[in-house]
Amino acid sequence: MSNVPENLIYTAEHEWLDDGTPATVGITANAAEALGDIVYVELPEVGTAVTAGEVFGEVESTKSVSELYSPVTGTVAEVNDSVVDAPETVGSDPYGAGWLVKITVTETGPTLTPAQYTELIGG
Amino acid sequence: MSNDSTTDRPSPLHEQHVALGAALTGFGGWQMPLRYDSDIAEHRAVREAAGLFDLSHMGEIEVSGPQAAAALDYALVGNLSAVKTGRARYTMICAEDGSVLDDLVVYRLDNDHFVVVANASNVEVVLTALTERVEGFDAVVVDRSEETALVAVQGPRAEEIVTSITAAADVPTVREMPYYASARATVAGATVLLARTGYTGEDGFELFVPVEQAAEVWAALLEAGQPFGLVPAGLSARDSLRLEAGMPLYGHELDTTTTPYEAGLGRVVKLEKTDDAGAPLPFVGRAALESRRQSAPARVLVGLRGTARRPARAGYDVVLPGAGTVIGSVTSGAPSPTLGHPIAMAYVTPEFSAEGTELAVDVRGRQEPFVVAPLRAYVRPTS
Repeated sequence: MSNVPENLIYTAEHEWLDDGTPATVGITANAAEALGDIVYVELPEVGTAVTAGEVFGEVESTKSVSELYSPVTGTVAEVNDSVVDAPETVGSDPYGAGWLVKITVTETGPTLTPAQYTELIGG
Repeated sequence: MSNDSTTDRPSPLHEQHVALGAALTGFGGWQMPLRYDSDIAEHRAVREAAGLFDLSHMGEIEVSGPQAAAALDYALVGNLSAVKTGRARYTMICAEDGSVLDDLVVYRLDNDHFVVVANASNVEVVLTALTERVEGFDAVVVDRSEETALVAVQGPRAEEIVTSITAAADVPTVREMPYYASARATVAGATVLLARTGYTGEDGFELFVPVEQAAEVWAALLEAGQPFGLVPAGLSARDSLRLEAGMPLYGHELDTTTTPYEAGLGRVVKLEKTDDAGAPLPFVGRAALESRRQSAPARVLVGLRGTARRPARAGYDVVLPGAGTVIGSVTSGAPSPTLGHPIAMAYVTPEFSAEGTELAVDVRGRQEPFVVAPLRAYVRPTS
């Protein structure tokens, strides 16, 4: 059932990131599924400093609001404006077109392997 | 995130929901479907075709006996003895101080037989109050919630769907049934109480089904509805549908700190109800509600239309734009799937309640613009 790609890194706050430079960040399929239809995404501007474990944005579904926690410390290098205009993309393609931001990493935070994340979500 | 507390009771249709892949949520002591797939798609299906809801968490309390009507006239704020057999009425049960214990739909099945439908979280309160209040009347109160499943078919195709599996002899009754009426009917082989009522702002039916037959009626409706575009719909869609239709939800717009007048529902309080001799009929809450009607309410319920994108949520402050002075509180809010912008209901001080008044809602520390609008954001097109 669970969709946890092997090539990504995860956090306990249900974000994923890749090992690129800068690192691409998004929310997991499991998180998107639990949220329901996503109707609003708020992301920081390019150049914003973010800190591992701290809030950098929010996603809102018809029923609830969830804050986005940065998996790493660094600076926002790029923002996916297309998900701001079409928030449903986050739910339909969370690991692809639904990515959120790219961050130039200065320091990593606590992360989970695909196996650890799969275990966390009981999948 | 869903609340899957294990103390919540499963619906009689629990297996059906699991088989359909529903996300479940705790609601009023029950474990009920929040959504099956996309809550926006379920919402749209109800507006454009039809949705099938499991409402078995609702309470059904029977009041019967030669003085059942008189007992309800005393127990509730409405004039139930004036309701004709086969008709239903939206009403409330209030405390002595005029505050709302629950909002109800009461169906008159016969001259001396009524069914009171209460919200899941209030069934015990309503049952206790009704039992106390009918003392002295020749009437009995029986809780039928355990043995009754409630399913609803809501949407413009509802009549076609329901009649397609209704016994031929009952089809004309269903077709001619007016809004807020009910009748016994045979649907999918089961004898049900079929009512033309709902909580979505659409045409539709609610079926009170014996629990043993709930699964077969549910399956028959799902199958019969498929060619018409019916989908199963969860509580998430139900909430956004009722919000668009400007219908109050107990615990949000109504509670024990609210009288019907603040909620803009003073019309349900029948102060003019009289006995056979023409004397004012006593009912629980009468004195408090009479004086409340004379005084201007400290706050009134209004609709809000968001002019930006971020939705307001229950509990957020309504403020004056710029200054930030708090003048009210949001009771319900969501992005409207039909209208494409945020909508909300809120209690505000009366001087800021006029339609068109520009206000703001403090959405997690940032002011978002809202305008006072009619409570009913969506009115269904008349055919």
